[in-house]
Amino acid sequence: MTQVVVTVMPKAGVLDPQGQAVAGALAQLGFGGVGEVRIGKRIELAIAGDDPAGQARAMCEKLLANALIEDYSVEVA
Amino acid sequence: MTRVAVVRFPGSLDHESAARAVEGLGAEAVEAWHAQPELPEGTDAVLIPGGFSYGDHLRCGAIASRAPVMDAVRRHAEGGGRVVGICNGFQVLCEAGLLPGALRRNATLSFVCRQMELEVADDATPWTSGRPAGDVISIPVKNNEGAWYGDPDAARVVLRYREDLLGSTDRVAGIASADGNVMGLMPHPEEACDPLLGSTDGRLVLRGLIG
Repeated sequence: MTQVVVTVMPKAGVLDPQGQAVAGALAQLGFGGVGEVRIGKRIELAIAGDDPAGQARAMCEKLLANALIEDYSVEVA
Repeated sequence: MTRVAVVRFPGSLDHESAARAVEGLGAEAVEAWHAQPELPEGTDAVLIPGGFSYGDHLRCGAIASRAPVMDAVRRHAEGGGRVVGICNGFQVLCEAGLLPGALRRNATLSFVCRQMELEVADDATPWTSGRPAGDVISIPVKNNEGAWYGDPDAARVVLRYREDLLGSTDRVAGIASADGNVMGLMPHPEEACDPLLGSTDGRLVLRGLIG
């Protein structure tokens, strides 16, 4: 089994209300130096067989990410 | 009698009220189970109801859009058959690629449950019973991920919110496919079919399944 980490993030330009809410809360807590906050997902996969990164990319295309609103990256641990 | 298949996924919530609304319009409602690769025999039209299919995990509607029954819904739609997706059903149709765009978290970051006024934007689809563009109808919303995101010029916008509450691109509340036979909307027409609930405007939308 190969450990593969997929990161899915909202695309630049797509409103991220979760990130905005967290940015507001951080400012309220006195973290004045925070600009934009964006929140995404980390998905850990244990993959058997050849080309685990290629398999993970296929999974992103088919299910794990929505290309219209999200970008993804694949990293083999 | 028109036979309307009401699709049921694990986590569907509104299949019973949808079936009741469809029957109130004089049609027959039958259940289409998510794991079946075919629609029930004699299906004339399909309704995908609201709820939290597969627990809304990953993205709303994402897992349901890949369920076996959706291959049959796709064939039905491609053959010109009528399909309406309500709330989670709208999310499922977008995730399945049967309608353009995607649904995102409400700009309010909260679950919004209230009556909404909607403007007819396109009067040439079967989903507004011929009401002229600009007419206002009243149907409730109840959702957390109801902000449609997409290119309004690439979609056939059928209904728009009068008030920009959810953060939907161009105040989009409901869109149809280019041919008009597939419709998705976040408001719940099945909850606006009985005078006891304050509005019967939902019938104007659901009649599109029958006409």
